[in-house]
Amino acid sequence: MPNKKTIDEKTVKHVARLSRINLSKEEVSLYQRQLADILGYINKLNELDTKDTLPTSHPLGNLKNVFRKDTVKKSLSAEDVLKNAPARKDDFFKVPKIIE
Amino acid sequence: MKDYEIVIGLEAHVQLLTQSKVFCGCSTKFGLAPNSSTCPVCLGLPGALPVLNEKAFLHAIKTALALKCRIQDIIKFDRKNYYYPDLPKNFQISQYDKPLAYNGYLEIEHNNAKKKIRITRVHLEEDAGKLMHDPGKGLSYIDFNRTGIPLLEIVSEPDMRSPDEGSAYLQDLKSILQYLKVSDCNMEEGSLRCDANISVRPKGEGSLGVKAELKNMNSFKAVRDALSYEAERQVELLRKGESVVQETRLWNERKGITELMRTKEETHDYRYFPEPDLVPLTVDKKEIEKIKRSLPELPQAKKKRFTALYGLGKYDAGVLTRDMEISNFFEETIKLFDKPKKIANWLSGDIASILNERKTTIGETRFKPAHLAELLELIRAEEISGKIAKEILPEIFRLGISPKEIVRSKGLKQIKDAGELTSVIDDVLRENKKSIDDYKKGKKNALIFLVGQVMRKTKGRANPKIVNEILKKRLDDGG
Repeated sequence: MPNKKTIDEKTVKHVARLSRINLSKEEVSLYQRQLADILGYINKLNELDTKDTLPTSHPLGNLKNVFRKDTVKKSLSAEDVLKNAPARKDDFFKVPKIIE
Repeated sequence: MKDYEIVIGLEAHVQLLTQSKVFCGCSTKFGLAPNSSTCPVCLGLPGALPVLNEKAFLHAIKTALALKCRIQDIIKFDRKNYYYPDLPKNFQISQYDKPLAYNGYLEIEHNNAKKKIRITRVHLEEDAGKLMHDPGKGLSYIDFNRTGIPLLEIVSEPDMRSPDEGSAYLQDLKSILQYLKVSDCNMEEGSLRCDANISVRPKGEGSLGVKAELKNMNSFKAVRDALSYEAERQVELLRKGESVVQETRLWNERKGITELMRTKEETHDYRYFPEPDLVPLTVDKKEIEKIKRSLPELPQAKKKRFTALYGLGKYDAGVLTRDMEISNFFEETIKLFDKPKKIANWLSGDIASILNERKTTIGETRFKPAHLAELLELIRAEEISGKIAKEILPEIFRLGISPKEIVRSKGLKQIKDAGELTSVIDDVLRENKKSIDDYKKGKKNALIFLVGQVMRKTKGRANPKIVNEILKKRLDDGG
């Protein structure tokens, strides 16, 4: 069965942690099944023979070397920028201290 | 320590010299008001699209070629995903499996021996924002101005075997970057940053020891000190039969030690994937050859030329060529005053100390090659003594006026005229009868003392050779 994929509980928990999502026990097993289904579906691509195909680095196949000139454009005002801030202190974004 | 070998690899982050950021038009100027140089692209607002800065890309290619790297056939960008508020997008645009360039080397010269340090990879990425922590309140304040500033990451192989080699590599890398004019390499402003991987192993051991990653070294001295400290710490652990733990450590400049930042228990999983908003890049062979040909003379070649052409020693040539501005200054001065060794001595001595003291570069001062040439000519013609020349040097730096002018307006010209010196000598002899007696009793040192007195009275302006001659004659004649 080339299209069947399995994913263990540990992997689901790891992915959840990377995405900063808390999962209940039921959710873990739900996503274990669903992720396996998705990967199995994608896995279909492995049936194709790609021996003579170059890796696709970008969907816009022929478009490359797009540049802009090194010129300064007007930035937003700090006032506008900070409208998106959850909280601010003077002109800084204020966030909970995060220890990496 | 001598039973162990130190193994060091360095990872440098270089801010490329551009007017605007790497993927948007915001200014890269240092010290702007917080969050005043940001836009939808570098803030990662929905729908905003990055476009690569051509200058940043060319700087990167130039640097890669100067470091003898191979340019990637198809260059692409990737997203490095992580949760830390220094990047508002939650990912950094960087390069993963197809770095811009790879397999290069830099040849360092240390203890008179040449050594190739291999360069693993060179890649282009965007810088992150600056966080200021307020631990008391459990808060952090973010300035996103630095977000999106073009950075070049240059990674070496673990080819260095001592802290001095590490520092020599970094110094040479900095020189090359400055010669290429791709970065100002100001370590204090963070435009050149360096992390180190360091491990130790018993001499003769083939496999590498467990490494620690060092961060937060903001000067060449800090790099050397941190590496020395860390090597000793690791050797000490092994001696005691303990083992080195793979971890990230921060250099604490004040305490002079490295401190644990984090262990690599859960190694980062950055989930790299290709950046879909940027298209791939290629540089064809003809273009690569063209850029190679346009590279300026680099420090090593210049050093070689300085020893061959001007007869300078390796040390002098090395000191002069480390800094491009100094090397240019040297060559400009030589056109006006053809004594290379004399010029070299002044540049690496008194002039270097003034620049150090003022934390500036020679190009930023008002001191010009013509000033140095004129000063040296005044000494050669015995118009002023070397001592007076040293004394007026800071003033030339400050005012940017000709040494001749300073000598004239301050009346510093050397007194060589015997008639003019006679009255001073008369005074000195009258006031130091004892020394005359001493001299006559055979104490030759008394003469040196008397010359000193004349120099003092003339504030260093008398020509000591002539004073010496006159005094000796007077004393021997029974003065």
